[in-house]
Amino acid sequence: MTVTLERPQQLATPLVEVRDLKHVYGGGRGRPGLVVLDDVDLTLNPGEIVGLLGRSGSGKSTLLRSIAGLITPTAGSVTVRDVPGDDAAHGVAMVFQSFALFPWLTVQKNVELGLEAQGVPADARRQRSLAAIDLIGLDGFENAYPKELSGGMRQRVGLARALVVQPSILLMDEPFSALDVLTAETLRTDLLDLWSEGRMPIRSILLVTHNIEEAVLMCDRILVFSSNPGRVIAEIKVDLPQPRKRLDPAFRALVDDIYARMTAKPSGAPAREGLFPGTGLGMALPHISTNTLAGMMETVAGAPGAKNELSALARELQLEVDELLPIAETLQLMRFAEVVGRDIRLTPAGKRYADADVDQRKQIFAQHVIAYVPLAAHIRRVLDDRASHQAPASRFRDELEDFMSETYAEETMDAIITWGRYAEIFAYHEDDDRFSLDNPA
Amino acid sequence: MVFLSSDRQGAGLLARFPRRDLAPNRYDVFALVLIGAFAVLVVHGARQMNLPVSHLVTEPVVLDPRRLPEYALRSTLRMFAAISLSLLFTFGVATLAAKSRKAELVIIPMLDIAQSIPIMSFLAFTLTFFVGLFPASELGVEAAAIFLIFTSQAWNMAFSFYQSLRTIPTDLDEAARQFGLSPWKRFLKLELPFATPALVWNAMMSMSGGWFFVVASEAFSVGKTSYTLPGIGSWLSVAIDHRDLTAVAWAVGAMAVVILLYDQLVFRPIVAWADKFRFEQTASEIEPESWFLDLMRRTHLLARIAGPVGELLGRLPAPVRAPRRKARSLSPSAALWFDRAWYGVIGGAAVWAVVTIVRYLTRSLDMHDALVAFGDGFLTLGRVLVLIVIASLIWVPIGVWIGLRPAWSQRIQALAQFLAAFPANVIFPFAVMAIVALRLDPDIWLSPLIILGTQWYILFNVVAGASALPNDLKEAAGMFHLRSWQRWRDFILPGIMPYYITGALTASGGSWNASVVAEVVTWGHRTLEARGLGAFIAKATAAGDIPRVALGATVMSLFVITLNRSLWRPLYAYAEKNFRLN
Repeated sequence: MTVTLERPQQLATPLVEVRDLKHVYGGGRGRPGLVVLDDVDLTLNPGEIVGLLGRSGSGKSTLLRSIAGLITPTAGSVTVRDVPGDDAAHGVAMVFQSFALFPWLTVQKNVELGLEAQGVPADARRQRSLAAIDLIGLDGFENAYPKELSGGMRQRVGLARALVVQPSILLMDEPFSALDVLTAETLRTDLLDLWSEGRMPIRSILLVTHNIEEAVLMCDRILVFSSNPGRVIAEIKVDLPQPRKRLDPAFRALVDDIYARMTAKPSGAPAREGLFPGTGLGMALPHISTNTLAGMMETVAGAPGAKNELSALARELQLEVDELLPIAETLQLMRFAEVVGRDIRLTPAGKRYADADVDQRKQIFAQHVIAYVPLAAHIRRVLDDRASHQAPASRFRDELEDFMSETYAEETMDAIITWGRYAEIFAYHEDDDRFSLDNPA
Repeated sequence: MVFLSSDRQGAGLLARFPRRDLAPNRYDVFALVLIGAFAVLVVHGARQMNLPVSHLVTEPVVLDPRRLPEYALRSTLRMFAAISLSLLFTFGVATLAAKSRKAELVIIPMLDIAQSIPIMSFLAFTLTFFVGLFPASELGVEAAAIFLIFTSQAWNMAFSFYQSLRTIPTDLDEAARQFGLSPWKRFLKLELPFATPALVWNAMMSMSGGWFFVVASEAFSVGKTSYTLPGIGSWLSVAIDHRDLTAVAWAVGAMAVVILLYDQLVFRPIVAWADKFRFEQTASEIEPESWFLDLMRRTHLLARIAGPVGELLGRLPAPVRAPRRKARSLSPSAALWFDRAWYGVIGGAAVWAVVTIVRYLTRSLDMHDALVAFGDGFLTLGRVLVLIVIASLIWVPIGVWIGLRPAWSQRIQALAQFLAAFPANVIFPFAVMAIVALRLDPDIWLSPLIILGTQWYILFNVVAGASALPNDLKEAAGMFHLRSWQRWRDFILPGIMPYYITGALTASGGSWNASVVAEVVTWGHRTLEARGLGAFIAKATAAGDIPRVALGATVMSLFVITLNRSLWRPLYAYAEKNFRLN
C-alpha cells in the first residue's frame, strides 16, 4: 500500500487516482476479516463533481477516508496530486455527515481550526475565516456556538471550515443526510450555485451519498457501489444540464435506471442467493421490525397487480434506498416477495399474509421464518431437543461469531429475537439472556 | 474517600465504573500486591536510614482566634497544592494509559485498586517516607500531608480523564486529524475541552472529599513521633487536648466559612465555566450560574490577559502538519512475542511483590495477628453495612420527598453537597462528649460517626434521582392511581436506583476511611474505643507498630475491594442495565 503526494507537471492530469484499492476490517490470527472494499479504481479530474453511491456497508466512506488520509487501506494505491495554479488551492478538506463541529468553539473559531493547525497568523486567520463565513452566508453568526444553530447552519459552518483552508478537492461524506428535506435541498442548491459560479477555491468535489436523487441532481459522474464487499458495479455519466429538475422525465429515467442497477444481482446467481452476506446459519440478517415488513406487504398488496416500482415506493414511503432495500430483501428471503427488474412483487404467500388477520399472519410468518431462515429453525430445533426447553442466547451468538463480526452477530441476534417473538416460535428473556419455549400467554 | 464519578451531568453525579471490557480482573491482584510491596519497601527504606525523627514539632499552634484565618489559609493552600498535583498526575498518567495499550494494562487496574484503598490506613507509611526524604525539616511533613490529600483525590480524576480520552467522538477525531492538528493543539482544542466537564466534576468531588484528609493529616503521631502543621486540623487537635469546647466551635465555624468561600469562589465559577464544554449540540435547560464568574467575565482586564495567553499556549511548540505516513505496526508474530514478554514482566513483578510482603509481615507477625485483623475487619464491615442500611432508610424517603418538589430540591441539594464536603472529624468532639456524659457503650455509639460525613452522598444522589424522574412517568403513575407501595415498587425505587447505588457506594467507601479516625477518639485524656479494624490500625499507628499497620491496611484494602467487587459493582451494573431512564 502506498500513499503519495506529488506535484504533476501538466494541468490535464487527474487530481486523484486510486488503483486496486482493497480494505479489510478486523481479521488476522487466522480469521479472514470483513472485506469492505475490493479492487476499487477511481479517477477524479479537475472541474467535476463525482458521486460515490451505494448502500451502507459498501465501503464508500472508507474510500473517501482513504483519500483524506484518515485510513490506511490494506492494499492498493491512492495518489492525490497538487496541481499548481494561480490560486493557493492544495490538498483535501472534508465535510462530515455529523458536521463534526467543536461544540466549545464559536463559529469563527471552528472555521479557523484548519488555519491554526497550519500556523497561519491570527490576523490572516481572522480575515480568511470571515471571508469564508461571508461566502457561505453565515454573516452575523461569527460568535455563535454550534449548539445555538440549526442543523443547516451547522453544516454551513462545516462547509466554511473546509473551504477556508483552500483545498483543491472537497470531500463530502453524506453531507446532507442528517438534515431535513427542505434544508438539505436549500444547501444543495447553494452549493451548486457557488460551484457553478466558481466562487469556491476548489477544483473538484467527491460526494459520498446513498441518496440516488441527490447523486443525479449534483454529480457529473456517479460510481455505483455494490455491498459486501464494496466494488464499483457501474459508472454513470450524467449529461443533464444544470440546474436539473427532479420532475424532468430524463431525470426520472436515470434515477429508475440506477435503482435497477443497485438491486440487480450478480448475473447468473439465483435471485435469493447473496441477498445477505454469508449463507445458512452464517447469514447476517438485518434487524427489520415485523411491523415494517407487514406495512411493506400491505402497501405492495394495495398496488395494482400486487407489484410496485421500487423507486416509486421509495418516494411514496419517504424511504432512502438504504432503508428500502433491506426490507425488500428480507421479504425476498422469506419468500413473501420477489424483486424482478425495477419492481417488487408479492408472492402468493405474501398476498395471503396481507389479507390475513392477526393470528393467521403470525402462523404464516412462523412457517416462513422456520422454513427460510436457517438460524430460526436451528434455535427452535435446539429448544425442542432439550428437556428443559431452554438455551442460553450466548450459545447461538458464539456460533454466529464464527462466521461474522461481533457487530453483525449482534444485529442478527436482534433480528431473530424480534421475528421469533412475533411468530411465537420461541420466547427470549432479556434478564438472563436465554431462549425458551414458554409462552407467556 | 472513594469517588468513581465521571458523569457529564452535574445533577446526576453518577459514578461510572470502567466499562466492562476494561474492568480489571487478574490485574487487580497484581496491582494490589504491587502497591502493598511498594509501601513495605518504603517503610523498610525509611527505617534503614535510621533517622532521628522524634518530635518534629514545628511552630506550635496557638488557640487564638486572631490566628485562625492564617491557619485556615494554610489548610486551604495544602488543599490546592494537592489538587494541582492531582491534575498533573491526571494529565500525565491518564494520557499515557489512553495512548499506550501496554501502559493501560498496568495503569488502569492500579488506578482502580488505588481508588478503593482506604487512604487513612496508609498514613503512617506516607509520613515515614516523606519525613525520611526531607529529614528534620517542616517540608517533609508538609509534603507528607499534601501527598496524603493527593492520594485521596487523584485516582478518580485520572479515571475520568482516561475515559474521556477513550470516548472522543469519531467525527471530531477525524476532523482534528484531517485538518492536521499537532498533538499539542489536539490536546488543547479537542481532548482537554472534551474531558473538562467530567474532570471538573471529579475534581470537585475530590476536593469535597479532601477536606477530611486535610484535617486528618495536619496533626498526627506515629509512635513517639508527632507532627503538627499549622492549620485547622492541628488547631482542632490542640483544642481536643485542652478540652477547649469554644476552640472546637471556632474550628467548626472556620471550616464552614472556608467551604462556603471555596464553593462560591472556586466551585461554582468553574462548574459554570465548564458548562460550555458539555458535549451536547443542544443548549442545556438549566445552565449553572455563578455571580463570581459573571463578575470576572465583565472585567476587561481578564479578557485582555486571557486572549494573548491562549494564543501563546497554542503556539508553544512549532505547528507541525501531521504527515501522511504508514501506521507503524509489528508483524503479528513479533507482536505476539512482545505481548508475551510484557506479560512475563508483569507476572514476575507480581511474584516478587507477594514474596516481599509475606517476608516482611511474617518477620514480626503470626497467624494470630492475622486472625485478629480479619475478625476486626468483620466488625467494621458489619458497622458499615448496618449504617448504610439505617442511613438509607432515613434518607431515601426524605430525598425522594425533596426531589419531587423542585422548589426545595435546588436548595437542599446545595446544602447536602456542603455537608458532604464538611469534614466530619471536626465535629467528632461533640459526639464524644455526649457519649461520655451519657455513659453510652462506645462499641455501639461510636459507630454512627463513621457515616456522619458520608451519609450526605446518599441524600444528594437520591434527591438528584428523584428530581430526574421523567414527568410523563409521574403523570402515568398519577393517572393509574398507583397505590403508595406499588408506586414505590414499580416507579420510584427503580427510577432512583442508579443514583441511590452511586450514593451508597460512595458513602461505603468513605466510611471505611472514617473508621480509622472514628473507632478511636479522644477528648483531653479520655479515649473512647470501639473494636474494629479502624481501631486496630489507629492503635498500631499510635504505637508506631509498622508491621501491624501494614497488616491492618492490607486487610482493610482486601475488605473494601472484595465489597466493591462482590456487592457494589454488580449492583451498579444491574441498576445501570435495568433502571437507567433515558
